[in-house]
Amino acid sequence: MTQRNQPPDRPIIDPALLRGLTQRRISRRDMFRYTGMGLAGAGLASFLAACGVKGSGGPPSVNASDLSAIYGDGKPSGQLNFANWPDYIDVDSSGNSPSLAKFTKDTGIKVKYTTPINDNDPFLAKIIPVLQNGQDTGYDLIVITNGGPVDRMIKLGFLTPLDHKYLPNWQKNADPKTTNPNYDPGNKFTVVWQSGFTGIGYNSKVIKTPPTSFGDLLDPKYKGKVGMFSNDQDMPCPAINYTGVDPNTATPDQWKTAAQNVIKARDDGIIRSFYDQSYINALENGDIVITQAWSGDIFIASQSKANGGDGFPEMKFVFPKEGPIYWHDNMCIPLHAQHPVDAITYMNFVYQPEVAGMMADFIWYVSPVPAAQQYVSNTLKDQAVADSPLVFPTPQDLAQAKQYKFFKSQAEQDEWDGVWSPVYSS
Amino acid sequence: MGWSVVTRVQLVTRKRRGFRKAASPYLLIGPGGIWLIVFFLVPLFFMASVSLQTGDLFQGFRNTWHFANYTDAITTYHTQFIRSIVFGTIATVATLVVSYPLAYWIAFRGGRYKTTLLFIMLLPFFVSFVIRTLAWQFILSDNGIILGTLKSWHLLPQNFHVLATPVAVISGIAYNFLPFMALPIYVALERVDRTVVEAARDLYASNRRVFTKVILPLSIPGVFAGVLLTFVPAVGDYLNAQILGGTNTFMIGNIIQDQYLVQFHYPTAAALSFILMIALVIGIVLYARVLGTRQIEEYV
Repeated sequence: MTQRNQPPDRPIIDPALLRGLTQRRISRRDMFRYTGMGLAGAGLASFLAACGVKGSGGPPSVNASDLSAIYGDGKPSGQLNFANWPDYIDVDSSGNSPSLAKFTKDTGIKVKYTTPINDNDPFLAKIIPVLQNGQDTGYDLIVITNGGPVDRMIKLGFLTPLDHKYLPNWQKNADPKTTNPNYDPGNKFTVVWQSGFTGIGYNSKVIKTPPTSFGDLLDPKYKGKVGMFSNDQDMPCPAINYTGVDPNTATPDQWKTAAQNVIKARDDGIIRSFYDQSYINALENGDIVITQAWSGDIFIASQSKANGGDGFPEMKFVFPKEGPIYWHDNMCIPLHAQHPVDAITYMNFVYQPEVAGMMADFIWYVSPVPAAQQYVSNTLKDQAVADSPLVFPTPQDLAQAKQYKFFKSQAEQDEWDGVWSPVYSS
Repeated sequence: MGWSVVTRVQLVTRKRRGFRKAASPYLLIGPGGIWLIVFFLVPLFFMASVSLQTGDLFQGFRNTWHFANYTDAITTYHTQFIRSIVFGTIATVATLVVSYPLAYWIAFRGGRYKTTLLFIMLLPFFVSFVIRTLAWQFILSDNGIILGTLKSWHLLPQNFHVLATPVAVISGIAYNFLPFMALPIYVALERVDRTVVEAARDLYASNRRVFTKVILPLSIPGVFAGVLLTFVPAVGDYLNAQILGGTNTFMIGNIIQDQYLVQFHYPTAAALSFILMIALVIGIVLYARVLGTRQIEEYV
């Protein structure tokens, strides 16, 4: 308390400052020390300049000798490490997957099935540094969505090329709408696991007249009760499509026009939030009544609990009149995978109508095997699934559907994200 | 010869003892110092380097001393920066207003239940941060147990909502960081010498004067520590904005996360982290000047 009692006109001088003012600043010994620090600083600067993050160089070209080097004599090793999304495979009442059990029975390959993928980008953020170091990710088979994530993996050269001679079922049974996609011409690296639609989900208890277009999501009468997606495909593509342009042919100016509609609705408080997969909870508990939605989620929400759904029959899904967005989750083999033959054997396995049917009856997204419809209808006798346009879409639905935006270059993706990321990251 | 051997042994032991004595501070610093170098300085330098790099995932990132990363980051994301600081400040003040009376009451009126009361205050924090915040999302949902009930009694308009507003985000932060504020204040109040308080009363100080002239000044170090412990993580928080927020409630933490994990723009994310860190350091230095660590030493 001593300083308090000093007369106020006498400034308090920090003793350290006083010492600094009165004493020699740098002694000889200090001089050596500072020189050392300076050298260390220079060393640090060169260290900073040296530590970059390695690039990958680009995709490997595929030729026959590469393939035989990868797949050898085509004998499986007996082990498959499969990384998938949660709730994305058939499961019986005891929590086991009948289709995986059948796979092990048919081929003798044991499957270590894990579900570490909750979202594409965070999962890739985990495995890309491993692949950049030239190491094995520990997964032989992963499921990644198009519209950026899978394209990125292909461009980085981080996927193992597929040898089509091990995929006869795929060649025979795959829906032609899912083969030879723009992001992987000739299916060199991927085959589709499941597809789905981005459309509109709504609560029919609250909204009596069914919405017909993306424009309903911008309607002030649903102020504060509208949900949209917080990613750079599911939110932008429908917004561009609504302005009458295909997202894949739209120009950057047209992106901006479409973004303005969303920004206005956002700043007017019409859009409540931009959601990840949690939109489905918000819809179910009434926080939102109309939202952008993925077809399978709404189908699951609407089914009774006895039937494996969430028990909200009032949840409805509509294709907007301007057309839904059609996306694909793809099976692929990461580079350096330990068991590529087992992985490609599995890819071939799921393209049997019977197996595809078993899975479609549980997953409720769009099966890449149209012949699975007969199996679900005739053998499993599940008409709700077999007749659902969300699982087995009609040709008219597909004709109208637009694909996710395909980025020709990183520069284009950066420009796209520059327009859209500020819209949903606000 | 025996003579010289003995001296040599003595000399060696003396030297060794001297060495030990000289080395002991370094040995004591050792574990902490190595920890700091490996887990703080090295990553920090690496981040500094990344923040000056250019490139993309395909070409790789190379250090080009691209200082424009910083200016670009500020021009693009200044809204979220300002919002983070505003949200963090309001949340810190709110936490202080709630914690101080709470800590005061426990320290002075808690009696033999002090430990129990502290334990009760800390009890929610045995549950994970994310789960607690998700629980609030559930409790505050539009048709949830609180708002739904009030709406059914027509005490609130039907379209009223708390979630997805700045209020929800700020309250979430204030709630989540409460113990970081309350505990240091409690410790400071607990250490207040009761005889000093008694002396003030003997000198006919009113209750208010006892508080403003004795107790409050003596508890300032606790407030200082509490504000630091709350404000710094509050400004960088992203979870509350993500779970309880909606449109126009993103904080800088959300942007950094998005830039790192979704956009793969490592340099932008690193630059943003550095700007945040520098802003916080400047803020704290200014704050320490005002509330003064020197003054605190004086009180203690």
